[in-house]
Amino acid sequence: MSVDLATVKRVARLARIAVSEEEAERMTGELNGILGFVEQLSEVNVDGVEPMTSVTPMRMKTREDIVMDGDKAADVVANAPNSDRDFFLVPKVVE
Amino acid sequence: MSIVDVRTPDPKRFIPGATGDWEVIIGMEVHAQVLSNSKLFSAASTEFGNAPNANVSLVDAAMPGMLPVINEECVRQAVRTGLGLKAKINHRSIFDRKNYFYPDLPQGYQISQYKDPIVGEGKIIISVGPDRQGQFEDVEIGIERLHLEQDAGKSMHDQHPSMSYVDLNRSGVALMEIVSKPDLRSSDEAKAYLTKLRSILRYLGTCDGNMDEGSMRADVNVSVRRPGEPFGTRCEIKNVNSIRFVGQAIEYEARRQIAIIEDGGVIDQETRLFDPNKGETRSMRSKEDAHDYRYFPDPDLLPLEFDDDFVEALKADLPELPDDKKERFVRDLGLSVYDASVLVSEKAIADYFEAVAEGRDGKIAANWVINDLLGALNKAGKTIEETPVSPAQLGGIIDLIKDGTISGKIAKDLFEILWNEGGDPAELVESRGMKQVTDTGAIEKAVDEIIAANPDQVEKAKAKPSLAGWFVGQVMKATGGKANPQAVQALVKSKLGIEE
Repeated sequence: MSVDLATVKRVARLARIAVSEEEAERMTGELNGILGFVEQLSEVNVDGVEPMTSVTPMRMKTREDIVMDGDKAADVVANAPNSDRDFFLVPKVVE
Repeated sequence: MSIVDVRTPDPKRFIPGATGDWEVIIGMEVHAQVLSNSKLFSAASTEFGNAPNANVSLVDAAMPGMLPVINEECVRQAVRTGLGLKAKINHRSIFDRKNYFYPDLPQGYQISQYKDPIVGEGKIIISVGPDRQGQFEDVEIGIERLHLEQDAGKSMHDQHPSMSYVDLNRSGVALMEIVSKPDLRSSDEAKAYLTKLRSILRYLGTCDGNMDEGSMRADVNVSVRRPGEPFGTRCEIKNVNSIRFVGQAIEYEARRQIAIIEDGGVIDQETRLFDPNKGETRSMRSKEDAHDYRYFPDPDLLPLEFDDDFVEALKADLPELPDDKKERFVRDLGLSVYDASVLVSEKAIADYFEAVAEGRDGKIAANWVINDLLGALNKAGKTIEETPVSPAQLGGIIDLIKDGTISGKIAKDLFEILWNEGGDPAELVESRGMKQVTDTGAIEKAVDEIIAANPDQVEKAKAKPSLAGWFVGQVMKATGGKANPQAVQALVKSKLGIEE
């Protein structure tokens, strides 16, 4: 598997990462190097092996349905560039 | 997913176009907010209507380093719902990240389930009708899957000329996305499906089903085809928030697609919005990559696993569901299928009816609840929760008829009084002198007076016995409707010398 310049730009846009033309070209090469390295894994026969979704041999911890958090609107918006009466303010987005 | 067409084209449901009949194919994705105290992955409250960002923990605000911990009640609610939909419960499911950017999604991804949902295939039986003959038709609609996911926050765009206001109170609240198979074939079926699904969720207590508060929202997939042909290209109508709007959106969208195809055009697969004010759907100006979600398993969460005992315990505690209740009403109480269907349509109505029917005749109780109570509620625009007449009061009326204290006619008046003023049925009958007169002496006196005052009518009645009814009416009027009608009838006939 390899990626071309257009794919690199597209992935960057989806991730909201700004890359210049120059950077994108350099990254295409770097990413293809990484992908080629990872590609070696496909030589391993994994027939009948469950896909691994976790590396820890434990069950997921759960939580009881009790409200123990919240009521800290001031903290929540403290780092926001702009807020008003505990709302976040963002440049207008209308679909 | 391979799509199987399980339905036989039915001309009753076809939509006529300029060039012949069309069949509409509908599938639904319903987002149902899970009833729980706290959120899916945080301990903040799910309560509706709180101050902005009051229900937000640092997990919901996606502060760096915060980790999700799953709420076990949300898992139970999803399994209960799966059981209510007669669906396959998956003992191992996986949470994935669905990546997209929007200001109401602070994480930059929604934790959802993609390839391995908690619930697999199930089914819902919907009832469509009544048709012109008053018949209902039962149709089985397949469920594709149910998965758990986080809700997003809420944006308001009307507070400021250039800024949107974002409230994250809903961010992280658990949703069940319930996906149907493309088995629906008319707007009526789609509405019946939503109604039935909402009813099941309410019976189960897993979602309150309040569409106007947004706790149930539907995405509707619509396509059209010539009957018997392969499925056409579909459009998805997003976030329709009432059952009526779902019907309107489908009717509009099906005709829009038919018109395009009949004009020689093709349907573009796209996402559309329904505008309730105009009654039409319009294209969302989405970017080409809007659906490139780049799902991958969430590394912060382990697979969700539980054993058979967990599922069996929930199954044992499941309440009676509408279909079973309907069957029981028909079988044990002798109700008609129609009456039983009406009564089980909402859990609150069924509960009310059962309280009235307890220790009384089921059919009589059903008649009063359906004809009188639901009739009056409907007329007053009230829901069953807002009823001014309690089950105990309505039961009291039925008891008073049964023991002969009041006539059926007076009972209707008594219902009116209870509706408007409240009170105890037996005391009202006593204090307002509404008791049925069964004392033959008193009734005889009234009959004699009417006969004495109307000699002409007496002569006519002797020639034409059906005129006896006029005397019965006069006596009932004279006694304020309180005389026992059977006693009056018998006395009038004997006094006039009319054979029984």
